[in-house]
Amino acid sequence: MDIELMQRVLPFFMEAAVVTIEVSALSLVLGLAMAALAASAKLSGFVPIRWLGNAYVSLFRGTPCLIQLFLLYFGGPQVGVNLEPFAAGVIGLGLNIGAYMAESVRGAVLAVDRGQAEAARTIGFSRSQTMRYVLLPQAARLMIRPLGVNTIALIKGSALISAISVIEITYTAQRFISSTYKPFEIFAIAAVLYMVIIYVVARAVDFLDRRFAIA
Amino acid sequence: MGLDFSVLPPYAELLGVGLWWTIVLTVSAGIVSFVMGILFAVTVLYAPAVIAYPVRFFIWLFMGTPLLLQLFLIYYGLVQIGIDLPALVAGIVGLGLHFAVYNGDIIRAGIAAVDPGQTEGARSIGFGRWQALRYVVIPQAVRNTTPAVGNMMIALLKESSLVSVIGIAELVHASQLAISETYRPFEFYIAAAALYYLANLILEAGLNMIEKRVEASR
Amino acid sequence: MRPSGSMVEVRGARKSYGNFEVLKGIDLSVERGQIVAIIGPSGSGKSTLLRSINHLETLNAGEIWLDGVQVNQPLKGRAFERHINGVRQQMGMVFQHFNLFPHMTVRDNITKGPIVLKGMGRDEADALAAQLLAKVGLADKIDSYPSRLSGGQKQRVAIARALAMKPKVMLFDEATSALDPELVDEVNAVMKQLAAEHMTMIIVTHEMRFASEVADRVLFMDGGAVVEEGQPSTLFTAPTHERTRAFLKKYLNA
Repeated sequence: MDIELMQRVLPFFMEAAVVTIEVSALSLVLGLAMAALAASAKLSGFVPIRWLGNAYVSLFRGTPCLIQLFLLYFGGPQVGVNLEPFAAGVIGLGLNIGAYMAESVRGAVLAVDRGQAEAARTIGFSRSQTMRYVLLPQAARLMIRPLGVNTIALIKGSALISAISVIEITYTAQRFISSTYKPFEIFAIAAVLYMVIIYVVARAVDFLDRRFAIA
Repeated sequence: MGLDFSVLPPYAELLGVGLWWTIVLTVSAGIVSFVMGILFAVTVLYAPAVIAYPVRFFIWLFMGTPLLLQLFLIYYGLVQIGIDLPALVAGIVGLGLHFAVYNGDIIRAGIAAVDPGQTEGARSIGFGRWQALRYVVIPQAVRNTTPAVGNMMIALLKESSLVSVIGIAELVHASQLAISETYRPFEFYIAAAALYYLANLILEAGLNMIEKRVEASR
Repeated sequence: MRPSGSMVEVRGARKSYGNFEVLKGIDLSVERGQIVAIIGPSGSGKSTLLRSINHLETLNAGEIWLDGVQVNQPLKGRAFERHINGVRQQMGMVFQHFNLFPHMTVRDNITKGPIVLKGMGRDEADALAAQLLAKVGLADKIDSYPSRLSGGQKQRVAIARALAMKPKVMLFDEATSALDPELVDEVNAVMKQLAAEHMTMIIVTHEMRFASEVADRVLFMDGGAVVEEGQPSTLFTAPTHERTRAFLKKYLNA
């Protein structure tokens, strides 16, 4: 172990870690918003809307995230979308994870006992009222874990934006592996950083899961 | 500059070859990940601590880090300690190990979920510990986890795109080659995405068939 | 040190989980061709005793012998593993919940043991399966999966599976307890047939009537000990111990 080298590159990695966290956090916000939209579209009674939701989820889950990023970043300018690497990374990752999160949200809503919806409808609640007052509050708890899993996948998946030259952890690691010839030291630093970030997120998910547990 | 999909046909063969390598990678890495997954599961559950702990550390490490980083380590990293893997091998090993870790976790839970009576039934006939695992417990664990392992294979197909970064001429890399000649990223990435989508549909249909057959033999 | 010429011999069997003693020093010997029924309330230790004979439970003290070979030999690791696998091939065990292998057809359930463990050829094993299935009245189910069978049919296949290893003794652990009442008789009929063929059997059961019909000897266990034993005619009609009387009264009236 070349400790001296590790100390030298560490500051670069700390900056890179901040970028990984920023990108992940912003993509998470976008992803959650997309998930809410797409899940309600998929559960909607209006067929064209439902079809739109299905198409989004199916297309973004059916193709590699890397292609989606490349299409946005390299292909975007052809259709008048010029994005900085960072912005392209956030939007690409957010749209991608949104499709997966939509399935987590939908799964949680469908997991609420059918009788709940029926009971609400017999009182006279409309479809959307049933969703808002009865199903979603119960589903919210059920979706914490799956969304947590999605978020951790997002953090690991954010490594992909190194391929559109966003200087985050994996980009930094790749650069130092080829310039220092010390792959294991570099990998160790990058691995520790990812694990710390993921650990914090996992604990937060645990906390939320307990906080909203139905007593 | 508008879109012009007529740039695609001359490169159909290049993309076809790329798709072929994507399939080769997915199938090979899929097999590696399945076999290694069973091995990981059995090791974690039954191996003595001196073997089980290093394996568990490896699993923990590979679960907590991005695939892309692992590919860099295996391809660019191992060279520097004298292990020079050809890109294709590094890609298969990297993808295979990455998904083996997840498959291992799924199959481990599957083994733990098999009724202990099954082992007792096997042992009462005279099957040894390993024979009971091999003939009775593991086949059931694998059957019960087919849907989850199938999902991993679907993820594997898409994640195989990452090995383009170590220069394997699979679908993404083939698209990049075409783009470097035509400067038409949008058209070619759309084409590549369409091919992935198609391959994904076929894989899903295939996995559904396997699941149905497994379901029928119960 | 071989204790006797019995088929199964249990000497001073003791077993406890923590402070709770399940078996408090049991002695039992079963002669070749003899049929012993073990009855008693749940938690009496009767199943634990039976499972100890097959070494599915490890005794804390005492010896188990099968036809002159000690089952729980003080061997370690691999050596014991080899020993116990060989011994178990000579004992058939039938479980309350069948424990058929759901991923194998009825044929494979029966032939897997002989093929893998005894190196029997496919054809011979298939013939054996067909013969045993005919015997238990399920010849037409040879290619079915267990999930397609009723409980009674499953248990009859489980008996055939155990018989395929040509065991010296058959152990039945509440073989009919998980069955619907109307399916009990078909399993009992198979067990009676084995009895007529002079198979050595140890039967843990809660069916007093069946026990009195097939058993040569009945043991009443309670609280981890054998309270009373004797011929069914005496034990069921004139039990000497108060606990036996109380137990039988409850069961025979139920």
